[in-house]
Amino acid sequence: MSQQVTSSHQDVYQLRRGWRLQWEAAQECHVILYPEGMVKLSATAGEILQQVDGQQSVGDIIATLQQRYPDADTLADDVVQFLDEARTNGWLAVKEAQHG
Amino acid sequence: MVSHPAVSQNVHATSPPLWLLAELTYRCPLQCAYCSNPLAFTRHQNELDTEAWFDVLRQARAMGAVQLGFSGGEPLIRKDLEALVSEARQLGFYTNLITSGVGLTAQRVDALAEAGLDHIQISLQAADPELAQVLAGSAKAHANKLAMAKAVKAAGYPMVLNVVLHRHNIDQIGDLIALCDELGADAVELANCQYYGWAFLNRQALMPTREQLLYAEAETNRWREALAARGRDMSLLFVVPDYFEQTPKACMGGWGSIFMTVAPDGAVLPCHSARDLPMAFPNAQETPLKDIWYQSDAFNRFRGTQWMPTLCQQCDNRDKDYGGCRCQAYLLTGDMNATDPVCQYSPDHGLIQNLLAENAQNPHDQDALIPRNARQSKRLQAATAELIHRQ
Repeated sequence: MSQQVTSSHQDVYQLRRGWRLQWEAAQECHVILYPEGMVKLSATAGEILQQVDGQQSVGDIIATLQQRYPDADTLADDVVQFLDEARTNGWLAVKEAQHG
Repeated sequence: MVSHPAVSQNVHATSPPLWLLAELTYRCPLQCAYCSNPLAFTRHQNELDTEAWFDVLRQARAMGAVQLGFSGGEPLIRKDLEALVSEARQLGFYTNLITSGVGLTAQRVDALAEAGLDHIQISLQAADPELAQVLAGSAKAHANKLAMAKAVKAAGYPMVLNVVLHRHNIDQIGDLIALCDELGADAVELANCQYYGWAFLNRQALMPTREQLLYAEAETNRWREALAARGRDMSLLFVVPDYFEQTPKACMGGWGSIFMTVAPDGAVLPCHSARDLPMAFPNAQETPLKDIWYQSDAFNRFRGTQWMPTLCQQCDNRDKDYGGCRCQAYLLTGDMNATDPVCQYSPDHGLIQNLLAENAQNPHDQDALIPRNARQSKRLQAATAELIHRQ
């Protein structure tokens, strides 16, 4: 039901309250855990979400990952596209909109 | 090294469990006539103690289980719930409490949060206290549920409200959704009861009519649009009783595939209804969970396609619905190996069609509901024994 969103490089995200990112050895991947559910993440998705910490802006995250993977030329677009999707899925909250 | 192909195939076929349902107790202050607990719940009154549950949690987590539901009965009856939540959270489980809300206090909501509980799901019986009392057998429960839903929300938990729908409350669906909206729910499960356990016993009195279902579904869709229009993010999940479907549900994602239930006495089941099947289930106090999951006859019995009737083996849906639900096949046909009669190709599908035809004529009778309580459980067991004796 969520509206389609587009992230700007200034946006600061954190995981939505009650949502958790975790490495699962048995699945050999990162997963997102939420009420009565779980999504297995690709290596790329896991890498991006690990950077979502309520501190770094989308632009910061792109810079961090670009440093790690200098040869990935579509990285900026990939990160924005994935974060849009994650936000549409209801995994992320915009930091400023959080109370308490 | 040359490996035996059949053995290596078997090893790869079974993945680890992802879900552990910990049914901490069969005790419950409510008496809902659609309870999914076994009819003979009074026969299994020896509950695992705290240490035994710690051991179950550690074993399941080591195997790879990550979603954990604390359920019952009413799990809040267990005084060690906070300790169990704390241990589970430290092990890395995502911890869900599935409760009626009876026995919850604002202090306990906070204590559970401190222990690391991730999510609380509260069930509602009806939109108003009068009907809630008829359905759950408690006059105070409804008001307490509403107060606790507010406390849960105030404590910052994500909140899923669950309403089991049936003939006697389904026409209230608009009021139920409005109430959930007012309480600040993040998600609402509007799930018609499925007919197992006490709900099977009370099926005739619980099953809604087709007209009621169509009305409820339309009302749910109307609400979805209205919520979206004002930007309110509350998802509505509507589940029809599968008797009204043509294809069976992929029950538990397949037998022994992702889901494991540990019953209050330590019995380990592929789903919480399986205890009513005519087969033996291992106990966590006697056998390591790993051996139960990978080696036991009970968990291997309906894995894969070898056990299936030819009809299912040759069907393109065999890997989608796994032949449907074993408990439903047994309850309706007396044969747990049969194709789920919900399937339109099942030779027993006529059973479902007859039930639906009869259902349209059934009177709307709340008094016909048999409450789920210890007295009725013992009465039913005695009646069954009597029946067997006479044969």
